[in-house]
Amino acid sequence: MTTRVLVPTGALGISFSGEAFARGIAAKPDIICVDGGSTDSGPFYLGTGTSKYSRAGTKDEWRQLMIARAEAGVPLVIGTCGTCGSDESVDWMYTITQELAAELGQKLKVATLYSSQPADRVQTALGESRIAPLTPAPDMSPELLEQCENIVALAGAEQIAAALETGADIVLAGRATDTAIVSALPLMRGDHAGAAWHGAKIAECGALCSTDPTTGVILLDIDKEGFTVEAMADSAHCTPHSVSAHMLYENSDPFVLYEPGGHLDVTESRYEALDERRTRVTGSEWVPSNRYTVKLEGAKIGGYQTTIMAILRDERYVAQAREWADKLHGFVSGQIEKRMGLSAMEYDLEFRLIGIDAALGSLESKHSAPAEVGVLGIITAEDAETASEIGKLINPYVLHYPLTRDEELPTFAFPHSPAQSERGALYEFCLNHVMVLDDPMEAFRLTVTEVGHA
Amino acid sequence: MPKVADTVFKVRSKNAGPFWVTIDVFCGDAAAYATIAERLSNEDVARLFRQPVDVIKRFDIPDLNVVKFSLPRPVVQGDRFDRDMHGAQWAVLLAEHELARNTP
Repeated sequence: MTTRVLVPTGALGISFSGEAFARGIAAKPDIICVDGGSTDSGPFYLGTGTSKYSRAGTKDEWRQLMIARAEAGVPLVIGTCGTCGSDESVDWMYTITQELAAELGQKLKVATLYSSQPADRVQTALGESRIAPLTPAPDMSPELLEQCENIVALAGAEQIAAALETGADIVLAGRATDTAIVSALPLMRGDHAGAAWHGAKIAECGALCSTDPTTGVILLDIDKEGFTVEAMADSAHCTPHSVSAHMLYENSDPFVLYEPGGHLDVTESRYEALDERRTRVTGSEWVPSNRYTVKLEGAKIGGYQTTIMAILRDERYVAQAREWADKLHGFVSGQIEKRMGLSAMEYDLEFRLIGIDAALGSLESKHSAPAEVGVLGIITAEDAETASEIGKLINPYVLHYPLTRDEELPTFAFPHSPAQSERGALYEFCLNHVMVLDDPMEAFRLTVTEVGHA
Repeated sequence: MPKVADTVFKVRSKNAGPFWVTIDVFCGDAAAYATIAERLSNEDVARLFRQPVDVIKRFDIPDLNVVKFSLPRPVVQGDRFDRDMHGAQWAVLLAEHELARNTP
């Protein structure tokens, strides 16, 4: 049996071509799958359990998908709701779905799959030697788990399949692998496992596997031997090169992809152009593992930050920006110690020079003369009050610090009043581990509800 | 001496999860691929990122005319000392690297 999967975009919230999506719906897919998250934007979203994308943009795109789903009469699945896939992110997406069901007059069966992990569950697993580090992994301890603001496990195809088996119209999944939401249905229907996972990896970023990445919409046919991938926008072609090159993207190994329950190996995959728009892939292999593991992600608070910014435009200061920043750093460190009683061990203060080496730091190899230099002071302390106090203490020096003693006090450009910005908590990714499960569902929770009115 | 960017079609880098960064050198054609495969060493990449050479994973992929390097992120994504949340500007270091002369 061929399973036809429609992927409207690489992530809900970044928009997609409505015309191409309509073409995809007209092709009568068996399921519509979209990814709702990623770690790509950093640890803040998991730390706070919030979405990177606006609620308005998310709701607008979800409305289009819900309307199309009702027309097509097939399941609609979103993985990693609300960027991080924590339980509150699933609930956020559930509320949006409820609102839209009411607005659109739809009556729906909604399955919610929760992926958040209570610290004590992971601690128990740690005690039972069911936690294994990946490379490179931070040191694991019960205390570290206690410090996590949120821990999630990445669901695989088994948990998504369990949600689909409820007969739900819509599946709202918490953290899941990008591929699992796509591979679940073809695997349930007995299609080729290597093709299901490989096709899922190719399609999960939407049209990034095509010659016109911004168009979004991808149609994937998975069968008993392989898969065929086609982009729905006129301008986008899925060529053997664009498809095979997509295995490079955000993958540390372009041939092997680890998933719960095994790994995909595409070393022997063959890519063949069916015509100028479609590529056929065969020979991908799924290798089951003898343990079932799910990857964990966790974020903890690593301090609190305040930033302050000044811009140097005076030619002499621009030319000596590094020397100036180093002298300033030395001077204000002394002031912080003397007036706040804080040693250098109790906070971090860094001046990044925008225009000199802010992106690469000491790795920078290019040296040229900019017109101006932005000085971004980043203060990280144990608590927000201390970070803010340091910002206020160093403010006059960031504004006026002279290169030499015998000159009139300079005044640099502050773009803001107040000059400092309170950034709140700094979150850090602190887990790169897997957890061994006896039953794939034992670390996940599935609920089914009816929403909306007939 | 030519820079990598003068020789190839494109160099890109990106996080591969919060703990890894991966750099793809799209050479564009077989001749450029041969140049890069021969003249861009793991030692060069390790030196550019100031990492030990044994952490560099390398994939030479002639079918795509691509040479790919992956390494553990020198600073974990989002750490207080991380300067580039997506790891996408690190490609520039490799693109601006001057290729060594042909090995004898």
